[in-house]
Amino acid sequence: MYSYNQFDKDFNQTRVNQFRQQVERRIDGSLTEDEFKPLRLMNGLYLQLHAYMLRVAIPYGTLRSAQMDQLAMIADKYDRGYGHFTTRQNIQFNWPTLNDVPDILQDLADVEMHAIQTSGNCIRNVTADHFAGASADEIEDPRPTAELLRQWSTDHPEFAFLGRKFKIAITGAPNDRAVTKAHDIGLRMVRNDAGDAGYEVIVGGGLGRTPMIGKVLRDFLPRADLLPYIESVMQVYNVLGRRDNKYKARIKITVHENGIEKIREMVEERFVLQRAAFGGFDQELLTELEAAFEPPVYISAPFDDFNAAYRTDPAFRSFVDTNLSAHKNDQYSIVSISIKKHGQTPGDATSAQMRVMADLARKYGHDELRISHEQNVILPHVHKSHLYTIYQALKDVELATANIGLISDIIACPGMDYCALATARSIPIAQQIATRFDELKLENDIGPLKIKISGCINACGHHHVGHIGILGLDRAGVENYQITLGGDGTQDANIGERAGPGFSYDDIIPAVERIIVAYLDLRQDSTETFLDAYKRMGVEPFKLALYPPAKVAAE
Amino acid sequence: MARAFSPKVLTANRLLEGDVVYLGRDGQWVSNHQDAVLFNDEIEANNQLAHAKTQPDLFVGPYLANAEMRNGHPTPTHFREEFRTRGPSNYIHGKQENSNV
Repeated sequence: MYSYNQFDKDFNQTRVNQFRQQVERRIDGSLTEDEFKPLRLMNGLYLQLHAYMLRVAIPYGTLRSAQMDQLAMIADKYDRGYGHFTTRQNIQFNWPTLNDVPDILQDLADVEMHAIQTSGNCIRNVTADHFAGASADEIEDPRPTAELLRQWSTDHPEFAFLGRKFKIAITGAPNDRAVTKAHDIGLRMVRNDAGDAGYEVIVGGGLGRTPMIGKVLRDFLPRADLLPYIESVMQVYNVLGRRDNKYKARIKITVHENGIEKIREMVEERFVLQRAAFGGFDQELLTELEAAFEPPVYISAPFDDFNAAYRTDPAFRSFVDTNLSAHKNDQYSIVSISIKKHGQTPGDATSAQMRVMADLARKYGHDELRISHEQNVILPHVHKSHLYTIYQALKDVELATANIGLISDIIACPGMDYCALATARSIPIAQQIATRFDELKLENDIGPLKIKISGCINACGHHHVGHIGILGLDRAGVENYQITLGGDGTQDANIGERAGPGFSYDDIIPAVERIIVAYLDLRQDSTETFLDAYKRMGVEPFKLALYPPAKVAAE
Repeated sequence: MARAFSPKVLTANRLLEGDVVYLGRDGQWVSNHQDAVLFNDEIEANNQLAHAKTQPDLFVGPYLANAEMRNGHPTPTHFREEFRTRGPSNYIHGKQENSNV
């Protein structure tokens, strides 16, 4: 894993010191809120419905144990003993006071973390496949490139005041777990005909008010050309991107209005100049970063205990079958820890849970943890001989829920329980869906299903790419929930189709249940997933279940 | 024709804690919505809002929010304002911790 060099440390410390002074000046009245707001947003500090919220970056979702321990310490010392992991691989603290924030940033800096560029119209925290460096299907670990992008984009003067926020995601695997097609720039590692690894560059994806699937700008970009090429994209966006209308300012609109061909032409033109201007330092740096992300020294040992426990403990078997993914080393597994026990808030972990996960990573996981955009925590490198011990330790702190990829593994934004932008609540909807299907004992029978819930049109909960998406709105002063169906956030990305009129807070859970009952009735057999069934049959049978004709006629 | 003025409370977030406050009946800022003063007069409401804006070292983002008198107390008419009176629904945090709301 990458460790800060002296430059990183000095830079981060300077930012902490600057923000400390800015907070002091705000409190003593020398700065007005209008003057202070852009400064606090540059440091991830929001004012939400009930309190301040500090959004801390977890670059490309990677954490060391000591960093997770520090997040737990911060949760206890300055907050309410928990943190909320978000869909952009950040962690949010919901209850800090303004005068504590400089101390929190200092505590973060002490473990090489920060809240820089987690807000504002700049290049945001670069996200990556949460299985990076571990997954069996990977071409290469994308994190050296992600770190290169982090360093390049941090405080980049040309891109500090863009027309709008800008999000980059990267994956090194053909199975896209980073939703690259719904980002301003998505990078997918691919091989060309000669077998060289490079990037497919996708541009103009995004959810929110105007959801768009990204378009391929370059189908193969040699790795050495990445920074000059991305810089060219940013420059073209800075020239063409609209600043007259906030809702038309994202690059997806720029691509939509100008056409991908024009964008490509302009980018390629800029790229000739940019490539010549790059002196090769970026490649030297990348080589250093690649060394920092060397795979761990894997152990080789028998794992008979794992096989025995798998045979004899059915709950462990269920955990293994549901929460484990294939590692590139066949003695290892990737363990996804669900922080979504039925009825709990998606993405929330208590400080005690964070410490247990940190401890397990330290003892059995080569000191590494990941945060997924699906709001779970991952131990990316676990030897099979340690799996049963880990499972038992997780069970003690209610972290052994075997629901990864199932109906209760729901993405939900904070919604109107916290967020000042929200138009309705998301969290209680997620809690009730999870609890309901747990009661019905249908979860495993239903199989793979992604429900994603957003509490406003900005779509932090990725509802457009949920197999079942739920969007909470304010309709005439009442919470109202719209359903979209058939969305997909993978390499086959697709925007879900709106099913019809929305449902009230009380009616949305029964509505979801009707969709599921229809799916169970209509699927060819238990191997046909919800998404496959949807693709085969389309939206109509689900519309019929949601809006039964008899009921419509009676109204 | 000008639209009829609907009654309002004056609300903001406290600068240091970020928690929700309301202008109270005796001119003090209070935490409990029930203790807020309900303005029936648009000019008076706007005057108080303008005055609150001159105190940026105490409050952030003052605004007027719709409310109505119910059981002798000002009560929010919109769910967002109702949530602001108590805190989030997933934990007993925020105002609801220290009160019977």
